[in-house]
Amino acid sequence: MAFEPKILGIACNWCTYTGADLAGTTRLLYPQNLRVVRVMCSSRINPSFIFRAFQLGADGVFVGGCHPGDCHYNTGNLYARRRLAVTKKILEFAGLEPGRFRVEWISASEGNKFAEVVQEFTAQIKNLGPQTKLKIQK
Amino acid sequence: MSRIGVFVCHCGLNIAKTVRVSELAQFASTLPDVVVAKDYKFMCSTPGQEMIANDIKEHRLDRVIITACSPLMHEQTFRKVLAASGLNQYLLTIVNIREQVSWVTHDIEEGTSKAKALLNGAVYRARLLAPLTSRVIDVNPDVMVVGGGIAGIQAALELANTGKKVYLVEKNSTIGGHMAQFDKTFPTLDCSACILTPKMDSVLQNKNITLMTYCEVTEVKGFVGNFDITVQQKARYVDHNKCNACMTCMEKCPGKGISEWDESLVKRKAIYIPFPQAVPQKPIIDKEVCTYFLKGKCRLCEKVCEQKAIDFEQQDSFVQVKVGAVIVATGYDLMDTRPLVQYGYGKYPGVYNALEVERLFNSAGPTGGKVTLRDGKEPQTIAILHCIGSRDKNHYEHCSRVCCMYSLKFAHLFKEKTSADVYQFYIDIRAAGKGYEEFYNRVIEEDVKFIRGKAARVAQNTDEPGRLIVEAEDTITGKFVKLPVDMVVLSPAIVPRSDSKDLARLFNLSTDKQGFFMERHPKLAPLSTMSEGIFIAGVCQSPKDIPDTVAQANGAAAEALTIIVKDKMELEATTAMVNPASCSGCQNCVRVCPYGAPSFNYDKWVSEINEALCKGCGLCAAVCPSSAIIARHFTNEQVLAEMEGLMEF
Repeated sequence: MAFEPKILGIACNWCTYTGADLAGTTRLLYPQNLRVVRVMCSSRINPSFIFRAFQLGADGVFVGGCHPGDCHYNTGNLYARRRLAVTKKILEFAGLEPGRFRVEWISASEGNKFAEVVQEFTAQIKNLGPQTKLKIQK
Repeated sequence: MSRIGVFVCHCGLNIAKTVRVSELAQFASTLPDVVVAKDYKFMCSTPGQEMIANDIKEHRLDRVIITACSPLMHEQTFRKVLAASGLNQYLLTIVNIREQVSWVTHDIEEGTSKAKALLNGAVYRARLLAPLTSRVIDVNPDVMVVGGGIAGIQAALELANTGKKVYLVEKNSTIGGHMAQFDKTFPTLDCSACILTPKMDSVLQNKNITLMTYCEVTEVKGFVGNFDITVQQKARYVDHNKCNACMTCMEKCPGKGISEWDESLVKRKAIYIPFPQAVPQKPIIDKEVCTYFLKGKCRLCEKVCEQKAIDFEQQDSFVQVKVGAVIVATGYDLMDTRPLVQYGYGKYPGVYNALEVERLFNSAGPTGGKVTLRDGKEPQTIAILHCIGSRDKNHYEHCSRVCCMYSLKFAHLFKEKTSADVYQFYIDIRAAGKGYEEFYNRVIEEDVKFIRGKAARVAQNTDEPGRLIVEAEDTITGKFVKLPVDMVVLSPAIVPRSDSKDLARLFNLSTDKQGFFMERHPKLAPLSTMSEGIFIAGVCQSPKDIPDTVAQANGAAAEALTIIVKDKMELEATTAMVNPASCSGCQNCVRVCPYGAPSFNYDKWVSEINEALCKGCGLCAAVCPSSAIIARHFTNEQVLAEMEGLMEF
């Protein structure tokens, strides 16, 4: 059987989550490997969430927030942007392939972009194969 | 141990087509703590809701999971079901298997397995949910309206007429805004002053309105229901309580300033009222051009004032105003077209912007309503250029919405007041509005010439010095047009006010790409903002005409009323809290919060969060190095449990 990756998404309620809803409302098709957790702002994301997701066996992790400057809470995503940039470096330092963690700014009106990102990212993770570096083996 | 009920919705075939719903319900019943799992055609319908309510009672449920459409759709609906059944509304979890599953796949295997994973995550999360209680606060019954143009005036009057107290804050020394500068209004050609000045006077007469002109908001503290706003009263150097508006001072004043009111076309005195119908009809001194302030002597106004109203010692003062809601109606600026050098504004005297032309038409304007050029001659040929800076990807992408109509109005008035030939250079004529298309047809019949093509350049006419040439491509004939004219009228983009960024910061408003204030929802909450209790009306939200502005102002007044008619109000419960036992006192939370909700208690050496200010974004929880901050409803444990559930399948 072909490898079906598990991808965890964490999405801001006001932009990317709503954009994902819009992708649905406009009936755009994308692979079903992504499972989204809704948070109120990308700034809520503690880097430990990302590490935990990989420990739990996620083959890829995706974070979606508002475009910098458009944060629903004014400045939250600017903090998120810096924090996630550092997180990405640490993940790579820990030996994880760079392509497994992706941050995108997707507004509530960008259903198209959401679907495209999911398609692209899923294909990329499929190429990378199962994630074993951080996964805790049971 | 919790007792979870799972309710899987078919949404007709919307979900059932690509997710095996009964299999999903069957799967749910095998998950930990789930005591009942059902599927039904339409969960949001009355029978669906009744079924949930009955099961809550019958199975003594303490958690409810609805597996249906997006939480943005029906979370509120189902929260009410829980509340009505005696269950805390925050014990609800929604699993989005429509927008994010069934509508984005055609494969029922894929759909069903993703739905299972999402449901599993929801069960893990639901087990850790805690009941939350909303805090109830007192509501201040007064409202502040910022901006005294037609939007602000209308909103203030509507509210005052319901008996509510309104503070109307205006930056200039008179209310009236741009509308007071206009001569006629399209498409009915009502005289602008005739319909506006009675309203301005009603504001002055209304006992419920505290008019604060020549004032600016400098600080906004507090939150919905309890705003505490600092207003700066700029020094007028005239005591308005003593002044009886005899205007003798203005006659005698030797100082000369440039009349903002007449768009810099004429001069005014240093002590002045902007225009005769100004409200309040009392002068102020323009310090920048006053002879006394510049040279240290003169004080002629003081000598002639019988009321002893002139006060050169007056200072700016600050007033604290407490209100429950705020309406921001701060209007717009016209784009400065000087940087668009190809149109020659500011270079050729024959090029005017739209507001200057409004003043030329106005009988109270610099020419007494006669259309004459700066050299006093009547123009023989006039070109009106649409879309200068708007609908232009190099400047402002938006359509300024009113320019087509006022350009048609200008054409009509030029025809009425002169014998000139009038040309319109346009991209499209947008005449959507009641009576607008009819007005367009009327202007066509008045022998106004329409050239479909955006003007590319205004140049000096080398054959006839002093005259101008408008160059454009007529996109209907495909020919290049070079039209000699005497007068060019630019219709510049309507843009956010130059100080709108400061206002956005003060009131915590978001702005869109162009810089206009953002509404909470473009369709369903066009007057609310992301800041609870702060509403927007008029062009500060986006360009619009007077009827739409007035309608918005009425709407914003009604929205503000819905807050202030209640004595008490409930606040959203999904806020952050500090566990003082774990707080290390680093104050990261205090530094990052955009709302100033966390503050530091130096006695206890811990942070404390004012729930009334907290919007629940969770930023502070993520920056807290000791995990002392708990983002309610999105706690670390809840998020991690949900992730664990999602990754199991």
